Amino acid sequence: MADEWNPKILAIICNWCSYAGADLAGGARIQYPSDVRTIRVMCTGRIDMLFIMKAFANGADGVLVSGCHFGDCHYLAGNFKAAKRMFMVKNVLKNLGLEDKRFRMTFVSASEGAKWATVISDVVKTVNELGPSPIAEFKK
Amino acid sequence: MAEKEEARVGVFICHCGTNIAGSIDIMDAVEYAKTIPNVAYADQYQYMCSTPGQGKIVEAIKEHNLTGIVVAACSPRLHEPTFRVATKEGGLNPFRFEMANIREQNSWVHMHDKESATAKAKDAIKIAVAKAALLEDLIPKSVPVEHAALVVGAGVGGIQASLDLASAGIKTYLIEKWPTVGGRMSQLDKTFPTLDCSQCILTPKMVDVGRHPNIELMTYCEIEKVEGYIGNFDITIRKKARGVLSPDEATARGIVGGGCNGCGDCAEVCPVIKPNPFEMGMAPRKAIYIYHAQVMPLLYTVDFDACVKCGLCVDACGDKKAIDLEMEDEFITLKIGTAIIATGYNLMPIENKREWGYKQFDNVITGLEFERLICASGPTGGHLIRPSDGETPKSVGFILCAGSRDNTGNGKPYCSRFCCMYSLKHAHQIMEKIPGTKVYLFYMDIRSFGKMYEEFYYRIQSEGAKFIRGRVANVLEDPQTRNLYVRAEDTLLGRPVEVECDLVVLAAAVQPVDEEDVIRKHFGVSKSQDGWMLEAHPKLNPCGTTTAGVFLAGVCQGPKDIPDTVAQAEGAASAASIPIHIGQVELEPYFAQCMEELCAGCGMCIDLCPYQALALVDRSDGSGRKVMSVTEAKCKGCGTCGGFCPGGAIKMQHFTSPQIHAQIDAFLCGGEQ
Ligand code: FES
Repeated sequence: MADEWNPKILAIICNWCSYAGADLAGGARIQYPSDVRTIRVMCTGRIDMLFIMKAFANGADGVLVSGCHFGDCHYLAGNFKAAKRMFMVKNVLKNLGLEDKRFRMTFVSASEGAKWATVISDVVKTVNELGPSPIAEFKK
Repeated sequence: MAEKEEARVGVFICHCGTNIAGSIDIMDAVEYAKTIPNVAYADQYQYMCSTPGQGKIVEAIKEHNLTGIVVAACSPRLHEPTFRVATKEGGLNPFRFEMANIREQNSWVHMHDKESATAKAKDAIKIAVAKAALLEDLIPKSVPVEHAALVVGAGVGGIQASLDLASAGIKTYLIEKWPTVGGRMSQLDKTFPTLDCSQCILTPKMVDVGRHPNIELMTYCEIEKVEGYIGNFDITIRKKARGVLSPDEATARGIVGGGCNGCGDCAEVCPVIKPNPFEMGMAPRKAIYIYHAQVMPLLYTVDFDACVKCGLCVDACGDKKAIDLEMEDEFITLKIGTAIIATGYNLMPIENKREWGYKQFDNVITGLEFERLICASGPTGGHLIRPSDGETPKSVGFILCAGSRDNTGNGKPYCSRFCCMYSLKHAHQIMEKIPGTKVYLFYMDIRSFGKMYEEFYYRIQSEGAKFIRGRVANVLEDPQTRNLYVRAEDTLLGRPVEVECDLVVLAAAVQPVDEEDVIRKHFGVSKSQDGWMLEAHPKLNPCGTTTAGVFLAGVCQGPKDIPDTVAQAEGAASAASIPIHIGQVELEPYFAQCMEELCAGCGMCIDLCPYQALALVDRSDGSGRKVMSVTEAKCKGCGTCGGFCPGGAIKMQHFTSPQIHAQIDAFLCGGEQ
């Protein structure tokens, strides 16, 4: 299996900035790795910590949360509140013995198509370096 | 919704010509879709958004008794509304639709790897189906729209937008931070390529906004706070202390026949002298001032930062009692339905480009300073002089793209779009006013794209202006003569040139006004990479923004000349008037709902809500327990409460936790759960 492993990475991103930024990267045909699957929510504030824990429990090798820059959230401050929760997620992951680098929160605006591509490449690279999630291995 | 209805999802995959089909194996994806749990039907078509494409959805809903629709195509930000209509036509609630983005976020970004792109598309479809199977009927809420509009910024764009809205019968508040309307256009001498006098064509419009019964002009005002949503914005305006009462305000204070009539007696006696920003600091004004003779409204303003409160002006004003040196800022609240932002531009601080010597050498000026110097109502009465010694220049160099199209990090990467044309116009004005003056234009490319612009360019060439193609490396000054040496490489001749000029004019790049970020954030409008405000769609919705009911006009959205600004202003006015004329708007029904049986009444969500939409109330069953309740009209559906509720008691419609969990499971567990 090791030679055929493709990471399973989930991205939960906000409609107004990161999703739009990802669309922009597409319009500009900026190529990036194809390992990430996205779920769109209106704001990163919507993201329950359980979503992320669930993804890891289900064997995700990496999870990305991406929203608007601070001060630019379409709903004023959803991303601040999300960021606070995401710190907690990192702590929980660490306590569980999972590399917290598998989880990341980034801020990509609607005009940052190129940044979106960089973020994805970087996330994929990190997860590739870490290898398959131990939970995924265990589930097999 | 019926209890536990069996989900029957229809999947439609779009080729988008070769846009998608070029990188994704559509047939393979269709076959795969048929194997996904809950999928009752799967099909593909060349262009799903076309009439026959949408027809397929309508037919399939009826034929296969579908309960949810998935279209795998472009971004939902583009075509979700289109397919919702088709879903509705087929007889389903329009919110029983989910889109899988396999173009912007797949085929276009994985163009050379069909295998992985197809695998990703399959996952995207699987994730979308998982959500579609759980979608519920939603009814958008209709809210009434306030019959009033706000226009921010009273330059030519804001003026035009206000006049259009007001003429369409809408109460319009036009707010401006300067003490007068007119904006940048009122500073210009002539306009290209027709050489109309700028003031002459603008002042009638300025007067019109002052007179229009539907326009409430609010100069010397700033936006303090914006609350609400399309149809019902509550705007708080800071009316800066002007120190001067208008005749109406004077009457309101019981001063009969008083108030400022613009006589100017006050300014005559005022002992404080400051540079006049309208004249780009090249002429003085007093601490009590008007910018220029044609200001609208004709009211003096006290600059309280400069005023020494000597009271001489109060005495000079006499019985009119127009001056109140103790005046304080006031706050006014407005209720409006839609808003247009037209905040315009500033020149970039071109002194940052040290090589051209602005603010180091007196005889290096900007295009806007040139406008004032050549304008008959300007500080020199229209006699072009060079600042160092007041002499008439005999040779003038123009540096185009000064700071524009500049990727050094110290300039602006974009084209400022009107500098080529105004520099040509400046060249013409000099050659006309001071025959025999030598004019050199240092340019990268001349961008004369508009109607009659190219013809104007030819005209200036034939009038004798010298065009040197090359970016200016630096400007040096002869300390004795104060003449300037402009050094560039002539890229057409392939050799360095050095030209001696008496005066150098920089066509400085434009940038957003300093307040733009604040105003943008008040209205929840994003900004583009280059700093200008972001339109809803660059091609198909250049006036709209991502905030419903907020529109853009003029340079705040990106550099444009006067005709383009006016055109966009009219477009924005038309767009802004639509909801007002319809009288009501539908809000996306994404609001939060409290599931009372799960709510413990902890109240954690209340502080999280940015819109004060949540409150604790008595539970409806009379048990006396407190539960959360949502004011739907205030909720904008961000989900910040739902993302935190420890009891999972908050249901975010259309983004419910079961739906999102199902999406996660679909991706990671194959959707079997
Ligand atoms: S809308 Fe993007 S983070 Fe809130």
